[in-house]
Amino acid sequence: MDKPEMREEVLSLLEQNARMPNAEIADRLAVPEQAIADVITEMEADGTIIGYYALVNEQSLDESAVRAIIEVEVQPQRDGGFDPIAQRVSKFSEVRTVHLVSGRYDLRLEVVGSSLHEVASFVASKLAPLEGVKSTVTHFLLKKYKEAGFRLQEDESYERLKITP
Amino acid sequence: MSDSRSPHSWVASHIGALPRSGIRDFFELVNTMEDVVSLGIGEPDFATPWTIREATIYAVDKGHTSYTSNLGLLSLRKAVCEYVAGTFGMDYAPENQCIITVGVSEALDLILRAVLNPGDEVLIHRPCYVSYEPCITMAHATAVGVDTVEETGFALTAEALAARITPKTKALLLNFPNNPTGADLTWEQKEAVAAVAIENDLLVISDEIYTELTYTDASPSIASVSGMAARTILLAGLSKAYAMTGYRVAYACGPEDLIEAMMKIHQYTMLCASSIAQEAAVEALKKGRRDMLDMKREYEQRRNVIVRRLNAMGLPCVLPKGAFYVFPRISDTGLSSQEFAQRLLQEKRVAVVPGTAFGACGEGYVRCSYATAFEEIEVAMGRIGEFLQTVD
Repeated sequence: MDKPEMREEVLSLLEQNARMPNAEIADRLAVPEQAIADVITEMEADGTIIGYYALVNEQSLDESAVRAIIEVEVQPQRDGGFDPIAQRVSKFSEVRTVHLVSGRYDLRLEVVGSSLHEVASFVASKLAPLEGVKSTVTHFLLKKYKEAGFRLQEDESYERLKITP
Repeated sequence: MSDSRSPHSWVASHIGALPRSGIRDFFELVNTMEDVVSLGIGEPDFATPWTIREATIYAVDKGHTSYTSNLGLLSLRKAVCEYVAGTFGMDYAPENQCIITVGVSEALDLILRAVLNPGDEVLIHRPCYVSYEPCITMAHATAVGVDTVEETGFALTAEALAARITPKTKALLLNFPNNPTGADLTWEQKEAVAAVAIENDLLVISDEIYTELTYTDASPSIASVSGMAARTILLAGLSKAYAMTGYRVAYACGPEDLIEAMMKIHQYTMLCASSIAQEAAVEALKKGRRDMLDMKREYEQRRNVIVRRLNAMGLPCVLPKGAFYVFPRISDTGLSSQEFAQRLLQEKRVAVVPGTAFGACGEGYVRCSYATAFEEIEVAMGRIGEFLQTVD
């Protein structure tokens, strides 16, 4: 297996399970464990892998945060287009994701707060007044069905025959 | 009132004489037990990809629930022929060189009944899928086994094949990639087998249900060897690669006269494959490729893990080139295949299939399926390791 292929295979496995031990990745790909450790270190160093986080089903927590998708219409700048405002918005700790998207608005943010009031207040006092922000539309998240490829509600189990020829 | 005649059986003699599957008792035992990790399952552990299931629902929604052409929906035959050209390297005409069947099981039955006369012999390589010999017997012909061995990676050699040919030999039934060994033939081996078939004027029935699940040295179908198209019937389907076992949809491609003969039996006995399943199959062949490749990649990784673990614990196995089975040698434990499987099940609650289920030459081996979730494979390997400690 050549290096680019190994990088791709390792990423594919880590995207499914970032906690997969190097030994298991090595066994699955039939390469030495050290080669896996090296390629992961390399991808962490060159910025291919930015970080790792737990995918939490907040519906199972007693207290969960309030999340909102916010559509932001922006006036792009002559120098730098959308980048300066997107970078600036990214610096708020309340803002979890920032994407520049095509369509009727420009930036799509995911914002988190401890209450509706906190999120609304962030939009009103921090986001909307920013120079270059023309308008915002806030959508509070009500229920999550699928995230990062993982479904949150499982189908009923279906028993296969235990032995088939 | 008494009847002095001995009680007679209504069952036809050739059916009465069919052996009861040697592992039936074993199956029944497994089904009564709790907490069994089964490596005995010959079908994907994945649900059918959603795009295919969704197309099934849509077919029902539209009311496409009537009979189809005996040969199968033309749209499906077109999709199959296009797919076969890309996957197996063969060009067939959807109009008259392709028939849609209810699983490869039916396609196999059709071709055997279509070509065999009483007394004909059909060569099969062993170990092999459990249905081949009974299906040949039910077609009033005789199965002649050619053993394949671990030393040659369970590949069929031209020499072994040639040695079993008699004036009665009419056909050769091939299954590569193979259930239960995972063996496949290289292009050169296919050419050598083809030369024997041509020299002895044999029909080749090639069951290629596992072809898409080939991990190393994939080569085109034996049908594409020069001179073979006219004497090869290619059987394949969607059950394994597309995780559609319950849909029961497969196909046969080959010379027009053979497809016509198969169609005659099919139209009188089956009429057509399920219309809903046929529509789902069109979706699978046209849109299911990415999902299929994802499943294949997962099988390949599980194969790597299970082979490494088995070899490390002293159950040597040939690296399977395809399908989702590994066939480790267990004879060093001093147990027979049957004893090994029985004790492993009872003592450690892991189900594997004794090699003898696939022919006498499977003695000394067991079949482990890696169409099993990775976590379950890990648990099973741990338990087999513990079991080996207690056997030594």
